[in-house]
Amino acid sequence: MPGGAGVKPPFWLLAELTYRCPLHCVFCSNPVDYARHDQELDTATWKRVLAEARALGAVQLGFSGGEPLLRDDLEGLVAHARGLGFYTNLITSGVGLTAARARALKDAGLDHVQLSFQDSTRELNDFITSTRTFELKSRVAAIIKDAGYPMVLNCVMHRFNLPHVGRIIEMAERMGADFLELANTQYYGWAWHNRAALMPTVDELRDAEAIVMAHRAASDDRMKILWVSPDYADAKPKPCMAGWGAVFLVVAPDGLALPCHSARMLPGLEFPSLRENSVRAAWFDSAAFNAYRGEAWMNDTCGTCDERGKDHGGCRCQAFLVAGDASATDPVCPKSEHRDRIDAMLADAGHRAAASAPLRFIPGATKSAGLVFRGNAMSLALSEPVVERDMHQAIP
Amino acid sequence: MIDAASRPAVASMYRLQFEQAQDAWVLLYPEGMVKLNTPAAEILRRCDGSHSVAEIVGELEQAFARSPLRDDVHAFLLQADERGWLWQEA
Repeated sequence: MPGGAGVKPPFWLLAELTYRCPLHCVFCSNPVDYARHDQELDTATWKRVLAEARALGAVQLGFSGGEPLLRDDLEGLVAHARGLGFYTNLITSGVGLTAARARALKDAGLDHVQLSFQDSTRELNDFITSTRTFELKSRVAAIIKDAGYPMVLNCVMHRFNLPHVGRIIEMAERMGADFLELANTQYYGWAWHNRAALMPTVDELRDAEAIVMAHRAASDDRMKILWVSPDYADAKPKPCMAGWGAVFLVVAPDGLALPCHSARMLPGLEFPSLRENSVRAAWFDSAAFNAYRGEAWMNDTCGTCDERGKDHGGCRCQAFLVAGDASATDPVCPKSEHRDRIDAMLADAGHRAAASAPLRFIPGATKSAGLVFRGNAMSLALSEPVVERDMHQAIP
Repeated sequence: MIDAASRPAVASMYRLQFEQAQDAWVLLYPEGMVKLNTPAAEILRRCDGSHSVAEIVGELEQAFARSPLRDDVHAFLLQADERGWLWQEA
């Protein structure tokens, strides 16, 4: 689709204020090479970006990261955003959210807090984040409710915590959550790297989903539960970001404008930086935002499919990661010529489940689970440019 | 329950505001938005915790020179309450 014609302004702005984070989650959606993008936008630039996005018509604003509480200008940015008329969401690990800061953010106009949790048990929460944060998160949940915020709890689900889903729901109810997002792992970034260790079997997913359904049927519906479709197992392409460049604008910590959290790893696309470009120019006019808008880019499989208006061909990042081509049909789709690769990954998960003993929390368990934890040193090691490495070897 | 004497307010989970880009009143909530039609917006704008339902009906009948609106307003408020948009002093 040519820039401009029929393109609506962004509805959602996700401001990733920083890639810095005290947690080391193995499924982190930040790019694996995040440590190479550590030049953060300053306060004045963020304020300009927020004002420009709001002027275009953006309404929902998420302050995310990394951990957005690590920015000491967060209160000022919230106040600025609220003054512009945004509905402001803080998406946080909870680390750093003291009662005083929760009140200060409320005074600044923060509307809502989404708190991440990794499990209903301290052992697994602390293992998967490589931190000791379970007790702290429990305290922070109470701080959020005491301050009078609507609270969403978000729990990324994977092989290790799916068997705990009933207890996770009960924990969220006890904490007074208004929504619980059971976010089945999406395999990008660090999660893609750790997919073999994280991926549950189809049966494990079905069992957990049945527990969710039973809970919904039995509860008074005060807390809403969202079960994010595990798209590998459900074999149904998700309408990723509700379409490329359709409603969702991510601004990365270094100012890169992106159509989703993980698109910066797609080769061949030059995403516009908001240091030099206006939000309007980036959203409407940049080649990268127009690359997969509408339907002109679709292959015959997607372009003739009755579902194309609903799923928009699925996810471009998934197409690239699994099929090696960002314009391919989302490989989770049964119509994809690469669906066999998804089935092979699911089959591997089944074989492993049959062969392995349950995960136990013993010294060295990290290694035995085959997990790579998010962190600066690991990020640099995993993303070392090949050319640079060769040059080092060439120089004695 | 909604009756003529109750004084509904928009629940704290929601924020009611006019959106220029939508040319409409909207309800904002965590990560979402409901676009309101004109009657819904006119009713919800008066749900401030101090207007009674009877007063809301009276104001609307006067503002739009139409009556009776009682049944329409009650039906809408019931729906809004079911969706969790309203808060009432117990």
